[in-house]
Amino acid sequence: MASNDSDPRSQEAVPSALKILVAGGFGAGKTTLVGSVSEIPPLSTEEVMTEASFGVDDLSGVESKTTTTVALDFGRITISPNLVLYLFGTPGQERFWFMWDELSEGALGAIVIADTRRLETCFASVDFFERRGVPFVVAVNCFDDSYAYEAEEVRAALSLAPSVPVVLCDARRRESSKQVLLALVNRVAESVAV
Amino acid sequence: MQAHNEFDPGEAYEPPLRDTEAAPEDLAAEQPDAGPLVRPYVIAQGREHDDAVRLDMISVVIAAKRADVDEMALEPEQLRILELCRHPQSVAEVSAHLDIPVAVVKVLLSDLLNRGLALARAPYTAKSPVSRDVLQAVLDGIERL
Repeated sequence: MASNDSDPRSQEAVPSALKILVAGGFGAGKTTLVGSVSEIPPLSTEEVMTEASFGVDDLSGVESKTTTTVALDFGRITISPNLVLYLFGTPGQERFWFMWDELSEGALGAIVIADTRRLETCFASVDFFERRGVPFVVAVNCFDDSYAYEAEEVRAALSLAPSVPVVLCDARRRESSKQVLLALVNRVAESVAV
Repeated sequence: MQAHNEFDPGEAYEPPLRDTEAAPEDLAAEQPDAGPLVRPYVIAQGREHDDAVRLDMISVVIAAKRADVDEMALEPEQLRILELCRHPQSVAEVSAHLDIPVAVVKVLLSDLLNRGLALARAPYTAKSPVSRDVLQAVLDGIERL
């Protein structure tokens, strides 16, 4: 990186950063999870979807959601004065793959949010992280009105490797989202140890 | 299409199975170039991103402390970036706060770095794997939330 020796502030004063991706289909709860643990309100370039988009994207089961993420939103957790963790919500549809390449580069790991009302919407995310060798966990967001699945049913439907943790969560609750993050970082620690 | 019917428990929704075989080798390669939504090189005066300074979405940037800033030599957006970066900010945060596309922020920041007006720290990458100490710090930090 560029440095400037004449500056009294050394590069040591600049924190380093890590990122975790939060992926999943429309309305699965990506922004909700990011917001529940972020120290800042999630920043974003989110835009309200146009009517035309409603014809394109299948919103069955999520009719009450009138806006959706078309760009990126992210939150921040300051770990220490030297280290900042960023959580990036990533659009789940395949037409946004071009954004995923830069995002997944150097990512610590990923959280795939499974919406059990439409489980197939997270297939693409699981495929992507498997192929890239990015460590990930699957968080089953338990909506009030969703069919109650067991974690093992979701694991079977997604054909997940035994090493991939599946965590039931309520993305609105910080304590619940924390457990998902901890499961992911522990998973990363395991993969480093091997 | 009708949402899953909660009044008819006899007909449980059968989740489809993910086909692990059918996935294409490289999904990214199949995507046509989406192209920029804006023409960002107006502010950046047509310059391409300077490869001498590689900036990532989460490169953290801070304004140099006692640098003499020649305001006339800088773009107004660059002055706003320096103002914002009195506290460490990632490229993504600068982009979101100033409503400037990430690609343009990178160009403007590269210029500031080359002039010694700002400092940047590269994020962890696959080439600099995260140590166990850092992972433990992350776990502790999440626990404290």
